[in-house]
Amino acid sequence: MPDQKEKYALLQEAIAKHKDVPGALMPVLQAAQEIFGYVPMDVQQIIADGLGTTLAEVYGVATFYAQFSLEPKGQYIVGVCLGTACYVKGSQKVLDKLSEELKVPVGKTTADGRFTLNATRCLGACGLAPVMMINDEVYGRLTPDEIPAIVAKYR
Amino acid sequence: MDFYRAHVLVCGGTGCTSSGSMQLIERFDEQLKEKGLDKEVKVVRTGCFGLCEAGPVVIVYPEGTFYSRVKPEDVDEIVSEHLLKGRKVQRLVYVDHATHESSVQKSLNEIGFYKQQERIALKNCGVIDPENIDEYIAFDGYKALAKALTEMTREQVIQEVIDSGLRGRGGGGFPTGKKWQFGYNSPADQKYIACNADEGDPGAFMDRSLLEGDPHAIIEAMAIGGYAIGASEGYIYVRAEYPIAVKRLQVAIEQAKEYGLLGDNIFGTDFCFDLHIRLGAGAFVCGEETALMNSIEGKRGEPRPRPPFPAVKGLFGKPTVLNNVETYANIPQIILKGAKWYSSIGTERSKGTKVFALGGKINNTGLVEIPMGTPLRTIIYDIGGGIPNGKKFKAVQTGGPSGGCIPADHLDIPIEYDTLIEIGSMMGSGGMIVMDEDNCMVDIARFFLDFTVDESCGKCTPCRIGTRRMLEILERIVDGKGEEGDIEKLETLAQNIKSTALCGLGQTAPNPVLSTLHYFRDEYEAHIKEKRCPAHHCQALLNYVISDKCRGCTLCAKACPAGAISGEVRHQHVIDTAKCLKCGACVEKCRFGAISKN
Repeated sequence: MPDQKEKYALLQEAIAKHKDVPGALMPVLQAAQEIFGYVPMDVQQIIADGLGTTLAEVYGVATFYAQFSLEPKGQYIVGVCLGTACYVKGSQKVLDKLSEELKVPVGKTTADGRFTLNATRCLGACGLAPVMMINDEVYGRLTPDEIPAIVAKYR
Repeated sequence: MDFYRAHVLVCGGTGCTSSGSMQLIERFDEQLKEKGLDKEVKVVRTGCFGLCEAGPVVIVYPEGTFYSRVKPEDVDEIVSEHLLKGRKVQRLVYVDHATHESSVQKSLNEIGFYKQQERIALKNCGVIDPENIDEYIAFDGYKALAKALTEMTREQVIQEVIDSGLRGRGGGGFPTGKKWQFGYNSPADQKYIACNADEGDPGAFMDRSLLEGDPHAIIEAMAIGGYAIGASEGYIYVRAEYPIAVKRLQVAIEQAKEYGLLGDNIFGTDFCFDLHIRLGAGAFVCGEETALMNSIEGKRGEPRPRPPFPAVKGLFGKPTVLNNVETYANIPQIILKGAKWYSSIGTERSKGTKVFALGGKINNTGLVEIPMGTPLRTIIYDIGGGIPNGKKFKAVQTGGPSGGCIPADHLDIPIEYDTLIEIGSMMGSGGMIVMDEDNCMVDIARFFLDFTVDESCGKCTPCRIGTRRMLEILERIVDGKGEEGDIEKLETLAQNIKSTALCGLGQTAPNPVLSTLHYFRDEYEAHIKEKRCPAHHCQALLNYVISDKCRGCTLCAKACPAGAISGEVRHQHVIDTAKCLKCGACVEKCRFGAISKN
């Protein structure tokens, strides 16, 4: 994990790399999200200054897209697919069970900062419906009973 | 080039990767080396085979043996039995759901799932290694680009595409050749060609599979399009949620540049062409063409009013032609084999083939490509293998949040752009979600409205506020609080939104409600008037009852979080409906099937 100072250096690198590319704001925000795990206001200000635009412009774009988060996320991001194929196969029940098990509402992070529970858009793994992802790990053909055991692996 | 006596094809699509196909490849490599077979047998990681249900899938050639749901521990047996001794591993061979027939003696094309398909766009998916340009070239890759650049004028390329009858596969169905002609006719110092790979419709994953399985076909097609309209630069806008697709595209672009198939003076001509990848950031509306262009420009992905159309004033204010991934996948074949061949497939007004992503309550979930005009019934029963667990088919949803639900009465209609619109749905990008008797159609409508409300960009009022009002009414209905007049309110709102919203997302948002109202009005009425959900799905409208099958084992009473179940040991228990939370915990615990919903 890079420390805070290194993170800001990485951000400056990303700004320098994309600065002269048309439509640079999106790739720079994506880099910032990757580096920091979220895009706090001071990072948005640095991006605005670096790209010669306003904070309002950066904030407008950052809040438009679901990928950018203004708050820090948990160590493990649990995303339950609520695409149509997963939904008709009962992914809502899987999501409810997770919310109960982690004691956190959908879209929020647990108090210990370990888990963020999200309902996601179609992950495109419809053949495995219902599906969830914990960071990059995919779990398919789920039933609510399996949830406690899976969550336990990350606790 | 090295020759191998056998090839092991392992699916590297997202579905199979999620169920562990990468571990299979490692194990195969290890085992083959250990047995000294690594010079005789080659392991290839391919794109999607389509039959995701059976994943992870492994196919062994030359026999074409189709192994399904293979686990890492099965690999040793395939190597020692099949590859060493030539004996197929019977227990792993795919068994057809519908016929219960093992496919031991069959080649791939004889399996029910593949038999009725015709693969043009998906031709190379599951056949070649997508990260190896030589394999693409060996399958006639970049031959169409060579033909276009060296034997055809720009006008001839456009005419060929017009004559082929190809229509936009992203859902709109606009004639592709016409679009190219508009781009060609717009004078400008700089033009762009763009690819819409922001596949957002839930339940559709053909674009992802195409990019993962055959990325060079898209690159080749975009170069052909660039030549035709006069663009020297192209953009591919792809969802960030598709990491494998993004990576394979990057690899493919690098390889194409190395081979001189992208860059300056391609095939020794004056034509120069370069491609850029841009990642989406999780906004469904960016699948709309003008919103997508705003997003590439680094702005909020809000749609622009049209006209001016993108072919006149698009990306960075320059003429831009944007096509969907699957549309592009057809282009090289059309140039190579000709418009006449392509237009001989399909129907009068819908030419060629269409890829559908079959999902939901169906035996063979996966990706299928069928000639236009194939009846829905063939897709669901012959290819899809019907509905699992002996349940009854209720409806199939096509067109994602812009489409509608098609009931059983219309199963025999041929799949075409126009017939689907006539029956209140649309082709869309090709998601096809099957629903059975347990799915509540009012709840499905609510599900889609919830999606559009969440994804509405907020620019125009009908979509921002109108869809929210519709969702509130639907939520009330499934919650058992529906009122007389709700259906009429929904209809009025729907018509107003349809006729006044700014972009396609808003204009089509009411479709899931209108189509379910049209075909399943009785379900709405049962919810509102009788406070009953005919599919026994909506929790607020359910009552759990214990029948005389109850043996009084007390398991249900212990499982009930609300203490709503009472009764003596070895006597029939009862549920206090006033206390019951309708969580269903008791049903899961009951070993006698004594608890039911009504």
